[in-house]
Amino acid sequence: MSEPLLAVRDLHAWYGEGHALHGVNLDVLRGETVTLLGRNGVGKTTTLRAIVGLVRERSGSVVFNGSDLIGLPLHRVARQGIGYVPEERGIFATLTVDENLILPPVVAKGGMSVDEIFDLFPNLKERRNSPGTRLSGGEQQMLAIARILRTGVQMLLLDEPTEGLAPVIVQRIGELLATLKKRGMTILLVEQNFRFAARIADRFYLMEHGKVLEGFPVAELAAHTEKLHEVLGV
Amino acid sequence: MTMIFGIPIQALLGQLLVGLINGSFYAMLSLGLAVIFGLLRIINFAHGALYMLGAFIGYLLLVHLGIGYWPALVLVPIAVGVFGMAVERAALSRLYRLDPLYGLLFTFGMALVIEGAFRFYYGVSGNPYAVPPLLAGGTNLGFMFLPNYRGWVVLASLIVCIGTWLLIEKTRLGSYLRAATENPELVQAFGVNVPLLLTLTYGLGAALAGLAGILAAPVYQVSPLMGSDLIIVVFAVVVIGGMGSILGAIVTGYMLGLAEGLTKVFYPEASNLVVFVIMAIVLLLRPAGLFGRDA
Repeated sequence: MSEPLLAVRDLHAWYGEGHALHGVNLDVLRGETVTLLGRNGVGKTTTLRAIVGLVRERSGSVVFNGSDLIGLPLHRVARQGIGYVPEERGIFATLTVDENLILPPVVAKGGMSVDEIFDLFPNLKERRNSPGTRLSGGEQQMLAIARILRTGVQMLLLDEPTEGLAPVIVQRIGELLATLKKRGMTILLVEQNFRFAARIADRFYLMEHGKVLEGFPVAELAAHTEKLHEVLGV
Repeated sequence: MTMIFGIPIQALLGQLLVGLINGSFYAMLSLGLAVIFGLLRIINFAHGALYMLGAFIGYLLLVHLGIGYWPALVLVPIAVGVFGMAVERAALSRLYRLDPLYGLLFTFGMALVIEGAFRFYYGVSGNPYAVPPLLAGGTNLGFMFLPNYRGWVVLASLIVCIGTWLLIEKTRLGSYLRAATENPELVQAFGVNVPLLLTLTYGLGAALAGLAGILAAPVYQVSPLMGSDLIIVVFAVVVIGGMGSILGAIVTGYMLGLAEGLTKVFYPEASNLVVFVIMAIVLLLRPAGLFGRDA
């Protein structure tokens, strides 16, 4: 078995006094798509933020591609090859679509060119000179993912990419992620909608109270359905 | 003699020119304040002191080293910019995580220290700084006499303001700056060295203040108090334009200079007040400022 691309061990995180993560352990293998499931507030978003370093108060280890990210300044993490798409999408209102797209610096070869991205997202090309936040929610989500694809990162951290979007857009995002997966992108996905996640994920981790409760491959999803309903309350 | 509203046209145009000169300095200074406030969220009370520092460095270069106006126009902004970057690294960068009040208090204290030091060594009386020979004299425009140096100040400040605006609105570095103004953490998570960007931004703001200072040296006297005299009006300009709005700072700077000049013609007693009256009215009607986004 190959070394995991991302190995998180005993990750704790705090927001001021609040202890948000209580020792998260998870692995993501190269090329794998892994989904974190769990109710609101169990620490899924915090896990992603602690991995990239947006939560500074943390302990434990986050080993990516053989090097520990915990001691690195925030801006050095992306340069190791991790791209982050936040839940709120983080599209900048004072930047045009074009400027939003080329904002994240290229960190490695192998990213898509702007032309390739516009082929994939013709809507963005049409509106390249509009302010970023004039786009629809779905287009903003596409832009948030597209700008990371340009940077050549090996791994994508995606926080609830389908939240609040119409089914047809959700469908498109699913297709996009499937395409990325085929190209060899490693993806760590936070998703409430496990039916959506089931179509692209190789494995799942179920989180509760700031910890990973258990992990299982997609083949065992059916066996876990009852438990998921109980834990997720869906 | 040609009269407009019972005022000789020469007097009107003369005061408008004075207003335009003052407005040029308001615009350059409020621009730097706006850039700094936008990204660092620090109200830079040291801005007037940095402006004074620029004028004094120019004066000292001339008196002690015989370095004249034109080289000083390049050297002074670099020197004040480097000073600003050192201050940001050494002190301001440690205050970002604290209440914004600390940044305000620190820069206010720094202004007092810088001004106090210059008062101690050079007294409060102004030191003259001669207009460079190339720009001495004036030009008769037919309807009025324009001192060449004053024309140059207006031109130079327009170039500086437009240049800075283009830098921020049209370049890649500017897009980092705008994005980091909205969400610094996310920009840093994308791999942009935001702490360095903050240092450069404070340096840019300081360099703009220094440049305004050396441009001002031949117009006003070089005195330790020249900054504190101006800075209150400049803060009013920033508030009227909208905190952090680049375009707002520039346009409001010129507008208020002109408004002051006009007031001097029609109702001289109110000329020192007019900026603050406008500020009060703007704050009542548009609390975010003329060009501000509602936060």
